[in-house]
Amino acid sequence: MGISFENLEELIELINHVHGFDLRGYTRASLKRRVAHIMELYRLDFNNLKDNLVNTSGFFNRFLTEVTVNVTELFRDPAFYAALREEVFPYLATFPHIKLWSAGCSSGEEAYSLAILLKKQGLYERSFIYGTDINSKVLERAKQGIIDLRKMKEYSDNYLQTESGESLSEYYTVRYDAAIMHHELRKNILFSIHNLVSDGVFNEFQLITCRNVLIYFDLTLQQRVLKLLYESLAMFGFLCLGTKESLRSEQLKHKFRLINKKQNIYQKIA
Amino acid sequence: MLKAFPENLSIGVLVIIHRSPKYETNIEESIGTKCRIAIKVAEEKEPIKPATAYFAPAGYHLLVEPDRSLSLDVSEPVNFCRPSIDVTMQSTADVYGASVAAVLLSGANQDGAQGMQTIRNAGGLCIVQHPEYAEIKAMPEAAIARGAATLILNDEELVVFSQELNNHILKRD
Repeated sequence: MGISFENLEELIELINHVHGFDLRGYTRASLKRRVAHIMELYRLDFNNLKDNLVNTSGFFNRFLTEVTVNVTELFRDPAFYAALREEVFPYLATFPHIKLWSAGCSSGEEAYSLAILLKKQGLYERSFIYGTDINSKVLERAKQGIIDLRKMKEYSDNYLQTESGESLSEYYTVRYDAAIMHHELRKNILFSIHNLVSDGVFNEFQLITCRNVLIYFDLTLQQRVLKLLYESLAMFGFLCLGTKESLRSEQLKHKFRLINKKQNIYQKIA
Repeated sequence: MLKAFPENLSIGVLVIIHRSPKYETNIEESIGTKCRIAIKVAEEKEPIKPATAYFAPAGYHLLVEPDRSLSLDVSEPVNFCRPSIDVTMQSTADVYGASVAAVLLSGANQDGAQGMQTIRNAGGLCIVQHPEYAEIKAMPEAAIARGAATLILNDEELVVFSQELNNHILKRD
């Protein structure tokens, strides 16, 4: 089962109209794959899909969970976290309170990674991390702080590359086939719904990570979201993008200092 | 094949190789100096230009947008691969239809077989490296077994095909 680009446009309009959810700025190739996947998963043709989106209560939420990419890891890209620790945290340490925002946090692994890194550097007690996503289902998982035990091996390897000789195991408890992040680690994290496309500034942050989110947006939407992120940063705060993403406009580039080119870390200077 | 493309190649080329983001490679740079077409890592939202080969970055799927620019995606691996050949081939067929030429070379799994099938069904040209010439036969064999190959070529023939690509009757739109 597949869907044509024409049908995809029809679906985007329908979702905007019925659910007030704006997918118009999303890249089409990726969205088309996700929608085709949903149609296969629920064994729906295009007309049934539309029917369900309009008439079946709760279906849109399930659709939303599947349509966005929720692939994440603890300490994904160890080199990124090492760069944060070496090049960013010394600055953060000079702020009395450190507010961090994991934008597009999915099931929360990035927020927990930040929490562990802060704790290790003795900064956690004066930090507060906001994890936001458009998707209430993945946020529920994030709040519970439960991670599939089978994935922990890989995450431990990631962590070993970030903090050599250190073990992740001191931060979670094993129960059956799940790793549960310690309450101690969760107390300064708040997970909440926020849509980068339609919601505005909600706080002022010393550090924002928005990694591998912009790649799903077209250029116009990327500019808009980057502006939102810029406005959400405190002066001398840091912005972390995915390694294949960029600030795009010259105008915005002038307002940031490049901290780490390879890891795409910037500091707001104007 | 990349070395054999003429400098006035009238189409763009997407290159997917299976490689892990955990180990850095600089294939693009080392090959680039030996080719007459431009060789680069694909950047998201970059328009596809003729006489240029775009390599999928390690850890990302490479997709084609309806406006014929490139996009990247970190969704689940397909066939345990990201980048996956199937994903890019499917996406290319979605946008270019019959005007795609696909070449599947050596590899250790079945990635690409389904993508080749999709391109063939859309009317594109599907070439598979003769398994005897492939370092690892699994990938070309899987595509051939599916009936997804329009042509099966040995290495010399692949070079000639690349040199002559401008003169092939690819349906251009």
